[in-house]
Amino acid sequence: MTETPLAAISMNGSVRALAPGETITDLVSELTGRSIAADGTSTDGRRLGVAVARNAAVVPRSQWASTTLTPGDDIEIVTAVQGG
Amino acid sequence: MNITMQTGGDSLVIDGVALNSRLIMGTGGAPSLEGLGAALLASGTELTTVALRRHSAGAAGSLFELLVDHGIRVLPNTAGCFTAREAVMTAELAREALETDWVKLEVIADEQTLLPDAVELVDATEQLVARGFKVFAYTNDDPVLALRLEHLGAVAVMPLGAPIGTGLGILNPHNIELIVARAGVPVVLDAGIGTASDAALAMELGCDAVLLATAVTRAQDPARMAEAFKHAVIAGRLASQAGRIPKREHAFASSAMEGRPDL
Repeated sequence: MTETPLAAISMNGSVRALAPGETITDLVSELTGRSIAADGTSTDGRRLGVAVARNAAVVPRSQWASTTLTPGDDIEIVTAVQGG
Repeated sequence: MNITMQTGGDSLVIDGVALNSRLIMGTGGAPSLEGLGAALLASGTELTTVALRRHSAGAAGSLFELLVDHGIRVLPNTAGCFTAREAVMTAELAREALETDWVKLEVIADEQTLLPDAVELVDATEQLVARGFKVFAYTNDDPVLALRLEHLGAVAVMPLGAPIGTGLGILNPHNIELIVARAGVPVVLDAGIGTASDAALAMELGCDAVLLATAVTRAQDPARMAEAFKHAVIAGRLASQAGRIPKREHAFASSAMEGRPDL
């Protein structure tokens, strides 16, 4: 029996294990602690204020649910913080 | 003239949007979100900058929600970007996250001076305008560069008074006046402001607005300082419109000598 190597991605600079079929929506929901609808908006009705880049390209929120992650993906999830 | 007339009748219009306050606030340096909220309210600002950074899990309170709740328009910046490529990517993320095509374009040369890199700034402005962004260009106090940025399509030019966070005030008032005299878009004095009189001077020089953060967020009493800036910007604006007296070499009596009693 051979062991399958664990699939992983990079999320905001840290290694994260990847389960089969996980999408960007899963990551955003996990990080923000909010439930995300299929159109990429928060189900609590409030604006999310989050953007996602996958391998240095912006993924529009409308495509989060349909973007299945691939091992090795480099994901950045950003939001507004104090500045300037 | 009451305060409403002073501000409401004299809106700052950028990209077709009328702002009733000519004080644009930054949010960097505030020790707490509550304190920041109080200072923003005291400032009367209607436009406030934010930076874009990695979302950390379990972050307490959201700056974005605070601004949305207070009805303050968000101006994302590209702080921390050293190249046009980074700045364009950051602006794209900001547009997606915050649902605005306004961006304060900041492309700095190095961390020691935090001064804008003119070459990258010009490149980034061109790219962002082509992608439909409304660029608020943070720039050196260079009248030639400021005009170049306007010609490239910036909706506002934002010359620095002094390097970011220094509180040195306006180091080259002559250049700021020259930038204002030639500009066809709003000029926002950005960076270097230390105290209320610096903001009043910026407005007296003809600037359309003032952008500051550190002077408020790191003041001993941020909310009180924010209120001081609110009044300073209004005072400076009124003074610039009122037409100051010329400077004279010698004294000029304001009381007539005629009719003086023989004492």
